[in-house]
Amino acid sequence: MAKNKTSIIKEFTKGLWKENPVLIMLLGLCPTLAVTSSAINGLSMGLAVIFTLFMSSTIISLTRKIIPKEVRIPVFIIVIATFVTITDKSMAAFVPALHKSLGAFIPLIVVNCVILGRQEAFASKNNVGRSMIDALGMGVGFTLTLTVLGSIREILGTGMLFGAQVMPDAFAPWLVMILPPGAFITLGLMIGTVNWINAKKG
Amino acid sequence: MKKSASLIIVLTCTAILSGLILAFLNNVTKPLIEAHAAEVLKNAVSDVLPGIESYDVENKDGVDFFMGKDVNGTVLNVAFQAIGNGFQSKLKILVGMDLEMKNILSIKVLEQMETPGLGTKIETDPGDKENPGWFYKQFSGLQISSKAISYVKNEPVKDENKAKAQIVAITGATISSKAVVDIINDAIEKNRKIFLKQG
Repeated sequence: MAKNKTSIIKEFTKGLWKENPVLIMLLGLCPTLAVTSSAINGLSMGLAVIFTLFMSSTIISLTRKIIPKEVRIPVFIIVIATFVTITDKSMAAFVPALHKSLGAFIPLIVVNCVILGRQEAFASKNNVGRSMIDALGMGVGFTLTLTVLGSIREILGTGMLFGAQVMPDAFAPWLVMILPPGAFITLGLMIGTVNWINAKKG
Repeated sequence: MKKSASLIIVLTCTAILSGLILAFLNNVTKPLIEAHAAEVLKNAVSDVLPGIESYDVENKDGVDFFMGKDVNGTVLNVAFQAIGNGFQSKLKILVGMDLEMKNILSIKVLEQMETPGLGTKIETDPGDKENPGWFYKQFSGLQISSKAISYVKNEPVKDENKAKAQIVAITGATISSKAVVDIINDAIEKNRKIFLKQG
């Protein structure tokens, strides 16, 4: 029992650091780079991914025994696309301002390889409970990474965080940080830092 | 044979289920999304046409003209959409004009996805806290009866620009600024003919 409990915690925390989808596995980099011009964009993209990943993993895990393996990829994509469309339409209907700022990137969650990757590597091989924990862990890891990335870029690029001024007035914003090169630079430094810490730990 | 039958059944069922869910969702969200878009347009029309109480949409030669009316129902002014390509995205701008189409009353950027921090200043400039909409506000009151709008670079915004139909471009976003000017010039030229012919 005790052993089972620790491994459930591990199932969750592996997505945060050891198998972080963005920083370690380097999956889903397109939305990571594209939407993180501000902290709020990163956070909302992350939340949309958590929802899609959690729902898809649950469904795929529940139906894993009746889906023939020859058609598993099309079935995964249909399930994922359904939840992404639900997210997209609901956001357009209930939070139009957010929907406007995330723009074209919500429909692109369909092809986010974090989600398809978890279905193929985990949900289609494990029971529902574990798949849900795994999806949550990966989703939270993805969200944290995007929020941190978005925060760094927003602070340096505009002097603000979540739309509130945090830097002194004398600070001149580094415009490049909210442009695409800023995304590459920041992500590169983050990946480098994570690898450096992991290498030091041995 | 049995194997392929199960493949077909599973895929078909998944697709049908997904279709049903999405059709239901679409029924729920469609009126909300449309209502929201209409609300945005309504606010924008009231923004670019000062002093109006209500407006009617009139379609002439495939162009929608928003006719601004006062309390008594007298037509005061007119607005229309100008659409074209910006630096990296499609720009949609609402232009409000007087009935002779000689003066711009006001414009409003409805849609843009320009470079963050540079091209986005056509809508709001976070660096100018007192007047974040300084760029598009320059278009208010431009007198364009005889000439098209032009732009200058690296100059302060001056009042006499209004009579010269001139605006000051955004530093670092000349292409976006030029795009706004071109899109509005084109739309005015095209719509003036349609509107005045029948008006």
